[in-house]
Amino acid sequence: MNKIKMELSCPMPKLEFDMITLGHGSGGTLTNQLLASGVFNLLSNEFLDEKHDGAILNINGRMAFSSDSFVISPVFFPGGNIGELAVNGTVNDLAMCGAIPQYLSLSFIIEEGLPMTDFWEILTSIKSACMQAGVQVVTGDTKVVEKGKGDKIFINTSGVGPVHENAHISYRNIKPGDKIILSNQVATHGIAIMSVREGLTFETDITSDTVNLNHTVIKLLDNYGEKIHLLKDPTRGGVATVLNEIARDANVGIDIEDKNIPVDEQVAGACELLGLDPLYVANEGVFIAIVDASVAEAVVALLRQDENAAFASCIGSVTAAHPRQVILTSRIGGTRVVNMLVGEQLPRIC
Amino acid sequence: MKYLSEYRDAGTVGQYLDEINKVVTRPWTIMEICGGQTHSLVKNGLIGLLPGNVRMVHGPGCPVCVTPLNLIDKAVYLAEEKKVILCSYGDMLRVPGSKKSLLEAKAAGADVRILYSPLEAVLLAKENPGKEVVFFAVGFETTAPANALSVLHAQRQGLKNYSILTSHVLVPPAIEAIVGDDSNVVQGFLAAGHVCTIMGLGEYYPIVEKYHLPIVVTGFEPVDLLHGILMLLKQLERGEYKVENQYTRVVNEWGNPEARAVIDKVFRVTHREWRGIGEIPFSGYELKNAFAGYDANLKFNVQIEKAEESKECIAGQVLRGLKKPFECPQFVKKCKPSNPLGAPMVSSEGACAAYYHFSNMGVMA
Repeated sequence: MNKIKMELSCPMPKLEFDMITLGHGSGGTLTNQLLASGVFNLLSNEFLDEKHDGAILNINGRMAFSSDSFVISPVFFPGGNIGELAVNGTVNDLAMCGAIPQYLSLSFIIEEGLPMTDFWEILTSIKSACMQAGVQVVTGDTKVVEKGKGDKIFINTSGVGPVHENAHISYRNIKPGDKIILSNQVATHGIAIMSVREGLTFETDITSDTVNLNHTVIKLLDNYGEKIHLLKDPTRGGVATVLNEIARDANVGIDIEDKNIPVDEQVAGACELLGLDPLYVANEGVFIAIVDASVAEAVVALLRQDENAAFASCIGSVTAAHPRQVILTSRIGGTRVVNMLVGEQLPRIC
Repeated sequence: MKYLSEYRDAGTVGQYLDEINKVVTRPWTIMEICGGQTHSLVKNGLIGLLPGNVRMVHGPGCPVCVTPLNLIDKAVYLAEEKKVILCSYGDMLRVPGSKKSLLEAKAAGADVRILYSPLEAVLLAKENPGKEVVFFAVGFETTAPANALSVLHAQRQGLKNYSILTSHVLVPPAIEAIVGDDSNVVQGFLAAGHVCTIMGLGEYYPIVEKYHLPIVVTGFEPVDLLHGILMLLKQLERGEYKVENQYTRVVNEWGNPEARAVIDKVFRVTHREWRGIGEIPFSGYELKNAFAGYDANLKFNVQIEKAEESKECIAGQVLRGLKKPFECPQFVKKCKPSNPLGAPMVSSEGACAAYYHFSNMGVMA
């Protein structure tokens, strides 16, 4: 992975408690203790420091607003944890709107019994992900639920940011002839998670691709503005599901070439072993760009200079033929329809 | 990727297609036995590349598809009523039982776990001495050794809380059931490579002699499948009927004697009901008496009333190669992966699901 990680060395403050209990969500003294223990210090900024019920922001013009909840299991996984995932997820959703992410809300639902050391580790990765993306947490909330009523920790983040002045991102801009660009290797995040799930443990050094994509997207918009017709991040359901959504919503056909879809060799091997199709596996650090054909090559070249898009590739094009259908040409020249994922992708027997 | 990319090479595929086109002089109907082969044929778009007079029909080698409705109901019952930890291979979970699937039972609170190996289930039994752990042991000869081994492991460790709900099925009796039927249309078979990895080729010689049709043991990658089809077509065109082995990098004449010894130790051959087809004599495995303590059926004395299959589902005809999935009136209409009427629409190895997911209906139909 080409992800740069900011290493934060914030030692956990000395505390009177070593795990989170129901009282920490009561709103009373314990909640205040928990927040004062470091949350406020760690994420400090002029808005959060007001410690008010909400943040008062000064934003004008076109603005994007997005929200996402994170319930990943396990909370700590190869290459990251739920904290940075929660920041990057909303940052990337805003970036896909062509926006420059600026402010986030951050809400925790914690299952009692979560060790403070785990919470601290999650917090520090939230902090470093925020620094990396250049966003501030300006408001938030903490609730604690009884043991067994949650799964260690759930996080919700919402975010706002002004839309880039060159951005004209909409399904309505997609037209036949447009090129489909994938910003990086696919299926890495999903396979990293599966590699440590209970019952599926297998040895690999695959790490999640979770990363903020906003700087990469802004570079694209700076250079190619309205030629970028749509941006989408293929998280759950993978590339196949997102391409189907695009075909359906824009009422166009999509042709893709299997041989151009970048997949890390280890990830491809794991998919073979597990009986999974990489096109349906979740990603966290990848986006799909539908761009005007005239700039497709330049976009790929620009992306490849970015460490978060080193394997960018043009994987196909938009067509007027077969509207609402995604058709893949296999490596051997056969064609097949690529449908949306139904339910969860389940491993095969043999 | 070594051992993979060379078998997905467009140039080699092209050469085999050229040869197939040269060899074929009249129409032939070929059945690939294994659901994994069906999946690969459709996923890679191979069917559309074959000449029009080579008709591929899809066999019953999808374990999920042929597991009886009644057995799924039993698994759901064990998970819900007997509160066992019900462990299963992933794609069994979505198969509809008469009332619900294991996935729905899981959503309603039953402890259903997806595992990749029955040995993980033995480990679960060891870690949860207060709970009963049941492994849903379905599959062909391929998965039988691991399932048998799990019973031996449990026995060796003295675990009393592990058992298997077994519905193993066997390939050769299914081939005989298909070719022995008056309605048979199949003229040659691609036998399932992975099954032969365990069993070897021996079981197929009597079949080719008796029915005078060729069998080629074939792998699963595009190059394997086309090579196997070419070998079969050459025999068909010459009027020969031999057992041949395309998948020599994995399969040998004798199979895997150690794996077969484990099967023989734990299982005996029994009559078995196949979903969509009916009972086929001597077509499955059940636990031997010495291992009765590991038989979930006996252990929990499961008595479930036999439920009726959907009358609209033509799975039986699809699994015998008499109909293509898209010839079913309900295909893509009432029956979809999100609402399957029968099992072949569930597993990615099921012929109906393979066509639903991967085929360009305009080209295929």
